[in-house]
Amino acid sequence: MEPVISIRPLLAVAIAGLAALSVLLLNKREKLRDLVSPLAAVAMFAIVASMAPTVLAGGTVELRLFEILPGIDFAFRVDALGMVFATVSSLLWIVAAVYSIGYMRHLHEHAQTRFFACFALSLAAAVGGAFAANLFTLVIFYEVLSLVTYPLVYHHEDEEGWNGSRKYLVYLMGASKSVLLAALALTYAIAGSLDFVPGGLLAGANAPAALLTVVYFCYLFGFAKAAVMPMHAWLPAAMVAPTPVSALLHAVAVVKMGVFCVLRVVFHVFGAGLVGGLGLGIATAYLVSFTILMASVYALTRDDLKARLAYSTVSQLSYVVLGAVLLSPVAMVGGIIHIAAHAFSKITLFFCAGSIYCASGKRNISDMAGIGRRLPWTMGAFFVASLSMIGVPPTAGFVSKWYLTLGSVEAGEMAFLIVLLASSVLNAAYFLPVSYVAFFGAEARESPAAVREIPLVTIPLVATAILSVLMGVFPGYFLALAEGAVR
Amino acid sequence: MGFPLLSLIIFTPAAGAAVLMFLRSDDAARWTALVVTVLDLALSIVLLAGFDTTTHEMQFTERVPWVPALGITYALGVDGISALFVFLTALLGAVSVLASWVAIERKVKAFMASLLAMQALMLGVFLSLDLFLFYVFWEAMLIPMYLIIGVWGGEGRVYAAFKFFLYTLAGSLLFLVGVITLYFHGGETFDILALMALDLPFQVQSWLFFAFLIAFAVKVPMVPVHTWLPDAHVQAPTAGSIILAGVLLKMGAYGFLRFSLPMLPEASVYFSPLMLALSALAIVYGGLLALAQDDLKKLVAYSSISHMGFVTMGIFALNLRGLEGGILQMFNHGVTTGALFLFVGLIYERTHTRSIADYGGLMKVAPVYTVFLALFTLSSMALPGTNSFVGELLVLSGGFAANLAVGAAAVLGATLGAAYLLGMYRRVALGPPSVGARFKVRDVNAREMVAILPLAVFVLWVGLYPKPFLAIIDASVNHLLTEVHGTEGGQ
Repeated sequence: MEPVISIRPLLAVAIAGLAALSVLLLNKREKLRDLVSPLAAVAMFAIVASMAPTVLAGGTVELRLFEILPGIDFAFRVDALGMVFATVSSLLWIVAAVYSIGYMRHLHEHAQTRFFACFALSLAAAVGGAFAANLFTLVIFYEVLSLVTYPLVYHHEDEEGWNGSRKYLVYLMGASKSVLLAALALTYAIAGSLDFVPGGLLAGANAPAALLTVVYFCYLFGFAKAAVMPMHAWLPAAMVAPTPVSALLHAVAVVKMGVFCVLRVVFHVFGAGLVGGLGLGIATAYLVSFTILMASVYALTRDDLKARLAYSTVSQLSYVVLGAVLLSPVAMVGGIIHIAAHAFSKITLFFCAGSIYCASGKRNISDMAGIGRRLPWTMGAFFVASLSMIGVPPTAGFVSKWYLTLGSVEAGEMAFLIVLLASSVLNAAYFLPVSYVAFFGAEARESPAAVREIPLVTIPLVATAILSVLMGVFPGYFLALAEGAVR
Repeated sequence: MGFPLLSLIIFTPAAGAAVLMFLRSDDAARWTALVVTVLDLALSIVLLAGFDTTTHEMQFTERVPWVPALGITYALGVDGISALFVFLTALLGAVSVLASWVAIERKVKAFMASLLAMQALMLGVFLSLDLFLFYVFWEAMLIPMYLIIGVWGGEGRVYAAFKFFLYTLAGSLLFLVGVITLYFHGGETFDILALMALDLPFQVQSWLFFAFLIAFAVKVPMVPVHTWLPDAHVQAPTAGSIILAGVLLKMGAYGFLRFSLPMLPEASVYFSPLMLALSALAIVYGGLLALAQDDLKKLVAYSSISHMGFVTMGIFALNLRGLEGGILQMFNHGVTTGALFLFVGLIYERTHTRSIADYGGLMKVAPVYTVFLALFTLSSMALPGTNSFVGELLVLSGGFAANLAVGAAAVLGATLGAAYLLGMYRRVALGPPSVGARFKVRDVNAREMVAILPLAVFVLWVGLYPKPFLAIIDASVNHLLTEVHGTEGGQ
């Protein structure tokens, strides 16, 4: 099928960039400024959606801007894999934009202009990365994303904020200026190009297996946003940020960019054939299995709700990587749609954590006894999203886990079946007590009447909870894209 | 011979320097210097516009017999390797004048004259096609630079200027021995193109290689002959640092490209492992030293040693990507480090401290300054999307192809770069305000913006669309590789 040449991929990126600019220009006019983000989000989603029919039909939308180096262009190519990421990001930006307004206004946060500008820029970077046609373009957007989220992480500008954001930047930049840089230079030296090739850019490369193995692991750890242990510590550290930022990091853009890059490397730089041929698939699967289980154990021990959610993300991200490296088509589909499933559910959970904090100032689970009676919508959504994280039908998480489980059977790797089951049990063990405490726990002290739902905060989180269920009931769109990407 | 554009480029600043002597007021001196450097910049743009990228031959050549009895000619010409640096020199010349506008308060006329003289001599070095002429320019450069550091420098200026002078002079003496040796081996000619065509015995090549190595290594500077650099930078006025880092350091690398590689190809190939190892050492050692600095200027100075290690590594990878990356990185380093020294100067003018520990929270008081500082800091650490990343990727790709261990060492240097540069930025621009509380720091003004903006443009232009820049050097680099390897392309 001939690629469709269109300016729309660039337009999607540009609209978020323009939104950031408008936010800066409207610095003094708060009401108008706050309108910009939701409007831009809707526009971006519309542009992304307009390309969906082409991609679903097996086509691509391309835009080649200019040559950077021989074999390296600055170019966009919208394919099925990129479409999954872009759909999730642009859709969730709409709800996140509304939620941010509610959250920031309610808490009278400072530097809101900077906040909304950086938020919009990180969407530009995420969608740019999703549509990047080669590693060079992807890495530009990857780094831009690190930079523009940095002010969001240090937002509070207190001791905690500076330290947490420092760790954030040290991990992300450290990984990309060391192993990722080496991987890029070696790939360019070996293949003479950095393009994404169906079946793998390096598939026919004339290079020693040992070198290719090194390059592979350089990518896996270099894309630290994927948070494969031991490159995960930045994610809990970034919890110092305001909650909408956590949602951005965990669902909309940042970690999704990480696993997306890993999938790109597995599918389009190495190719499933080469990854399997080098025996890297199973090796990586064991590595990420360790991350899945270990992060869940960490999550169990955390009383701070956001920290528990953060470790849960570390664990869930490795599901995506696991699906890819099992190298069976069904598992790959599971890995890809888990990007969407996890995003919808995790953003709900973070929104809930923010809602609880806005309403009551509480962060620790042990203090949340009985809060479900004050915040029924919030805690109801939390429960639904928890079910999705555990993988209970009919939620989104069930669909992806179903495919992952089938995939590990198809790959003949029973060990990972056990990992998936054990992890689900752990998920239940650290999520369900939160709902239980919230609904059935006895309040130590009657909470003040002021603890009640905040509409601008609650509506988005109910919406994402509904999305989590909708995707479980109607997974067709994401399944079709994932199958297109695997084919 | 057509219009003598190259002579005009060299002698415009020289004439400007002469005119300055007759001016009365300091302001007239400043404006004259600015007009002259901008005019020279315009001429260099004319040169690039008329530059033919399809050939490696020397262009715009001029030849006038000078001392025929000794085979000395006034010969000028430009090829892909020198063209970019003519432009870079002219660009940084104008930036330097702007950077000295208020920073230099005494003997303004003499200072501006020294700057212009320096510019004329540097351009002469890049444009000479006669070895004798080259040597005259090369040595004469020392004088205005010595004055710029020694007269208008900081408290330790005399020591620093003397150290700079001694180091480079010592290197130059060996270079002179090499020049004379070449002269006699080449049949008593100083014609650089004729000398390139020589087929010298390996042993002679080896001796010459080391004579040149010492001369050029001091200029680059390569470890362990780098110790003059931090002293010179710390004491030099801002304009001096910009010229020193932006152009003067390129002279050494240019020497390797113009003399060592084409004239001594077998020796260059034979000693390339040594050169790669020295480059890796400079990259890592320079990075470690930069990591330990509290003085902003020293930090940038040591980072230059590390970054110039990338340049020499690219050159002595002796493959297409390495060489192209090395040359592009010379240009990038000129732009970026020139800008960083400008920024250090700007903030020093306001606060009179260079200690990083005295800063913090500048973002709050000087937002425009810190945004541009971020751009140049990120460019210096070679973030994807900026100019240095393109060069670094090419150099590393060439370096890995030449030697995996050397490539890995360079990556370590890049990591160190991220550490000291981001660390510097965080402590200066972010965090709780400290300077802002004690001093009134004003943001950049219009004059300063005029100096900053062109450099910022090149950071992004080369970072996102390096093709025009690579097109300029491409033919010459390919030709150089054939000369070195004796075959087409050479890998």
